[in-house]
Amino acid sequence: MGRSGHDRVRGLTRYVADEVPEGAWLGAALRSELPRARLRAIARDPAFDWSGVVVVEARDIPGSNHVAMIAEDWPVLAADHVGHVGEPLALVAAPSAAALGAALAAMTAELEALEPTLDFERSEELLHPLSIQKGDCTAGLAAAAHVFEGTYRTGSQEQMYIEPQGCIGFPPDAEGRVLVKGSMQCPFYVQRALVEALDLPRELVAAEQSATGGGFGGKEDYPSMLAVHAALLAKACAQPVAMILDRHTDLVVTPKRHPSRVVHRTGFDADGRLLAMQVDVLLDGGAYTTLSPVVLSRACIHAAGAYVCENVSIQGRAVATNHVPYGAFRGFGAPQVCFAIERQMDRAARALGLHPVELRRRNMLRVGERTATGQLLQESVGSVEVFERALERTRFDQHEWGASRAQEGRVRRGVGLAFFYHGAGFTGAGEENMKARVEVELGRDEHGAFRCRVHASSTEFGQGTIALFQTIAADALGCARAQVACPTPNTSRVPDSGPTVASRTCMVVGGCVARACRELRARVEAEVGAAGDFGERALRLLATRPDERVSAEVVYASPPGLVWDESTYAGDAYPAYGWAVDVAEVEVDLDSFEVRTTRFLSAVDVGKAINPLLVEGQIEGGSLQSVGFAHLEVVTSAEGRFLQDRMASCIIPTALDAPDFEVELIEVPFSHGPMGAKGVGELPMDGGAPAVVSAIEDALGLHVERVPATPEHLSELWLAAHPEDAL
Amino acid sequence: VSAEQLARIELEVDGLAHQLELAPLRRLLDVLREDLGLTGTKEGCGEGECGACTVLVDGQALNSCLVPAIQADGARITTVASAQNEAVQEAFVECEGSQCGICTPGLIVMTRAWIERCRRDDERPTRAGARSALAGNLCRCTGYEKVIDAALQAAARAGLVEGEA
Repeated sequence: MGRSGHDRVRGLTRYVADEVPEGAWLGAALRSELPRARLRAIARDPAFDWSGVVVVEARDIPGSNHVAMIAEDWPVLAADHVGHVGEPLALVAAPSAAALGAALAAMTAELEALEPTLDFERSEELLHPLSIQKGDCTAGLAAAAHVFEGTYRTGSQEQMYIEPQGCIGFPPDAEGRVLVKGSMQCPFYVQRALVEALDLPRELVAAEQSATGGGFGGKEDYPSMLAVHAALLAKACAQPVAMILDRHTDLVVTPKRHPSRVVHRTGFDADGRLLAMQVDVLLDGGAYTTLSPVVLSRACIHAAGAYVCENVSIQGRAVATNHVPYGAFRGFGAPQVCFAIERQMDRAARALGLHPVELRRRNMLRVGERTATGQLLQESVGSVEVFERALERTRFDQHEWGASRAQEGRVRRGVGLAFFYHGAGFTGAGEENMKARVEVELGRDEHGAFRCRVHASSTEFGQGTIALFQTIAADALGCARAQVACPTPNTSRVPDSGPTVASRTCMVVGGCVARACRELRARVEAEVGAAGDFGERALRLLATRPDERVSAEVVYASPPGLVWDESTYAGDAYPAYGWAVDVAEVEVDLDSFEVRTTRFLSAVDVGKAINPLLVEGQIEGGSLQSVGFAHLEVVTSAEGRFLQDRMASCIIPTALDAPDFEVELIEVPFSHGPMGAKGVGELPMDGGAPAVVSAIEDALGLHVERVPATPEHLSELWLAAHPEDAL
Repeated sequence: VSAEQLARIELEVDGLAHQLELAPLRRLLDVLREDLGLTGTKEGCGEGECGACTVLVDGQALNSCLVPAIQADGARITTVASAQNEAVQEAFVECEGSQCGICTPGLIVMTRAWIERCRRDDERPTRAGARSALAGNLCRCTGYEKVIDAALQAAARAGLVEGEA
């Protein structure tokens, strides 16, 4: 069954829970209830019949007891130290749900509680530091006519893909080959984790993506954990084992967005031009390193916002706490810092007596300017275009923003704007090191008709990867989109194009698809001519080579001239950036302090909208996640346990919470992107929260410095500003 | 009926009649997916919050994760796979109302229920009406814009004239 729109709307697409083989066993983990502890032992009730189930403990792991990620500190199963609630301590598999539940109930973890670190602002355990320096920030601040300080905080956020995480592990076959299928973004991450934990050679390990019901970053790292668990259990019981999390477990144990605190000290000259920016970025990394160093990297690079400033000092730290390791979520550190810088610009605008539009116009990055890492922006910089289009559509520059507008009555209205950019692809030398590979093959379908196959490890989980590759390949070859297929990513059958993260699928992997297709097209033209239907010509070429695979494999090459110094964190951080302006209108009810976003316009430059409807869908979906981040989505914890552990309490926006979205697509092409395209996936996650909160400030005259701006928080701020309203 | 004793029930699912012997309190969702192999209906939360498992039980939209099988005895069940969903399905494809697709089966069924209600109650379909009707179906991918577009297009295809918003 396929994964096309036609299949999805008929319920024919098979996700991991639809693929559990007949007779498969079910697996689960015994997990810690404590945030920090020493694991003494795992006791098994002697009255329970253990012969019908299998149990795996840390000592049974054949390879290294860590889930391969950046550092080697994330245990597959806790061996002695326990770092967070929900940490797996032992695994069980049983032939039925009832037997599984009984076995879990018959196991007891003997834990000795230790004092946990729960407040990241007080943690002294550094996971990763980072520093970006440009010019002389101290001198810049000293010379400034105005200096403003602000401290901004963002809460965690749950990805809330509607399909919970799940994997199926298969026992080793006669040749010792191991297979894990599952809901995942990054099959090669999963393969590497299996290789290291099972101590097997790569050739014997395959990871295959099942149709995946949403990811948003949440299925970047944790599937590696689940896959290792499923494979260990499958080996122990010699049966396929399904490890499919129920929603409650998924919410309690899987990574979420890093909570942050960002402190700005910003100096302006007398004309409102930026002279110096000092930024301190602090992220809660949780119990283990997982992806925190790279989230911090993206956070720091984006911390100065899309503004010109000669003197910049950014200090970043990710610190350890006894929370579930925080991980990837669309935006990857940028939404946190974007909220902070955009709030800081509003603060400065208000203090300087300038309209937020005017202050941003005076300071925005344009072609020919340099970013905080010193990158010279040479092309595909749509900053002015998105700004002017957004103003044309909303007339926000005519709107008297701030507390000065006298409003009365129970419902207050406000408008706010955010201006932002987001780097596409891996940071710095990341793509050079990754060397993404793609193979495109010319062949036939089962009826003998022409079929082009794109072999890549990029996964589809709703963003439109398959449609994107079909369009790029069809454009480059000169065939129909329907003649292009993207076989299921399986690590034993596709080359490693890298993980499906970082807004890199279109620009980086899509670029490889285009290049491979152009090579094949040239080959077909050289051998059978350039006239006539491409598919017919390709079939003629194939007929002359009955036993040969006609394909082209390419390796990604960064645009020439990019220079990045990892030791100083200076240079060309990204090949290209997406640019955007969001304008949000809100209504705030003064009785309940509930916020309703009534209008949301997003003007975005993605280089080229290869499939415009899909790009709009990305902007709308990402923007609503950002609106949720602004005032609706709450993730808090007590004693290291997430309090929002059910869908009923961990709320996300419904159709009634969503505004009507207006998306303005602006195309300032990137010469090294396929068809001129850059990245789009993460960009819309960055701007919604600061735009909505700016609108709340406009409506209420309150300077809001944290998200989510819940009714409780707004009511506190209101009562502090209006003590006469207290009951 | 005791919870342990097997019960015989009859279900008509998307036009096909089934006789089943099962534990009466098993979830209708599991009966559809496991006993009948109809995996088109998806589970997102198992607690009636996300709407992914929405089916029609005698025309009424319900979360099948909350319905004990015995309660559906003798009922007509309509799932995403019903042949009568064609117009709604095509609208979702054309409008790109489905991204990852896991919530889509529930949305297809709920949209159909909304259109049938509009027709029955002589109610003009509007964006606001579609938003209310689909508010129990969570989608994390689309921001709902194209879901609402699809619902309105499906209503138009069903011959309903859009009302003033």
